Amino acid sequence: MRVLVKRSSAVQEFEVPRHPSQTVLDVVTYIQRKLDPTLAYRYACRVGMCGSCAMTVNGVPRWTCRTHVDNVAGNDELQIGPLKNLPLIRDLVTDMSEFFDKWARAQGRFQGGRTKHDDFEKVSPDSPDRKAADAGIECIGCAVCYSACNVVAANPDYLGPAALNRAWTLVKDARSVDAIDKLRAVAGDAGCHACHTHMDCTERCPKHISPTAAIAGLKRATAKAALKGEL
Amino acid sequence: MSQWVAHVHRLSGVALALFLPLHFWALGNALQLDSFLAWTEQPLVKLGEWAIVVALAAHLGGGLRVLALEFLPLLDWQKSLAAVAAALTLAVGLALALSL
Amino acid sequence: MTQTVLWLAQRVTAAILAVCVVVHLATIIYAVQGGLTAAEILGRTRGNTAWLVFYAVFVAAAAIHAPIGLRAVLGEWLKWRGIWREVFLVFFAYTLLWFGLQAVIGVFG
Repeated sequence: MRVLVKRSSAVQEFEVPRHPSQTVLDVVTYIQRKLDPTLAYRYACRVGMCGSCAMTVNGVPRWTCRTHVDNVAGNDELQIGPLKNLPLIRDLVTDMSEFFDKWARAQGRFQGGRTKHDDFEKVSPDSPDRKAADAGIECIGCAVCYSACNVVAANPDYLGPAALNRAWTLVKDARSVDAIDKLRAVAGDAGCHACHTHMDCTERCPKHISPTAAIAGLKRATAKAALKGEL
Repeated sequence: MSQWVAHVHRLSGVALALFLPLHFWALGNALQLDSFLAWTEQPLVKLGEWAIVVALAAHLGGGLRVLALEFLPLLDWQKSLAAVAAALTLAVGLALALSL
Repeated sequence: MTQTVLWLAQRVTAAILAVCVVVHLATIIYAVQGGLTAAEILGRTRGNTAWLVFYAVFVAAAAIHAPIGLRAVLGEWLKWRGIWREVFLVFFAYTLLWFGLQAVIGVFG
């Protein structure tokens, strides 16, 4: 089949043999190993656990190791490019720094109050808060949602669905002692209020997480805090 | 699908925002002059009125969708369908009712 | 903090407008079906305090809702941010409020 790869300088065309159960990652790997060793791309686990192989396939961000060629190569043709909304390093490799910087700016890290001398926090898995947190904790930071988001494209400051989703899971974590700080960090033009519920993030997330739901939760939580004068 | 709904929502909002000042101004004129009201009988104006009503319905539908997604603990895809359906129904119903 | 308040104002006015719009459209359809002259309409609306209050609320809600919505569009599509965008939007809000209330008073006063 015909494979068009968007590289740093131009789109390059390759002819790649098709096989049953072939994935897009197989295709990229074939190109780099057999046709053009200068092609730069990322992968690691190749079994859908690490998220490193995320690229734009026919205009849509996906995990290439989990995308079967049969599902996407209409007309025996494939278009592969780097993830959108991230600076390009080379060919199919993007610079993920800003994605993780925004994660930090959204305070996407846990802050607890207990020490090893204290008893465990008793968190019921059935409590609504825990269920809300559990819905979002499987995120592996692959940036597919970030790449799919229109608001990220239009607003360079926007923290993005992954960072906000993580902040939400921590706000809902009963053990967090700094929930209000997190709410302050995510409120604003760069935060949850910039989300317009296009839902591309939810639609594309390979782990079936809904950042839209998490961000809606943050909107409600910040509003409540603001009304109480806590924000 | 959601992106399409969101874009329609945004464009209809802009259209309505631009239309509103005109609407308020025209209201003053229409109620002073029957001749102004007669002008609104023109087909192009009728088309504009219909378009504005459809924009209103679309914006309302999209807006209800946003409110549902932000405030109600329902399944995401259901919410989308519900409001889109509401908007379309409203638009069609109004367009017919106004018999423009 | 401000963005949170704006978001809340946007959603609250959205809910108010949803009700107002449905009522408004129903009323307009009813009025249109009878055919209308200016005198006929004004005969029904002039001096009607209940409708005056309703439409005043309608106008106020729209004057808050529209600028906040435009704010996002201006920021994302026209890349217009900063203090002048806010100034323009406040001006736009007042314009809507002014012309809207003039129309309301003209029709229902």
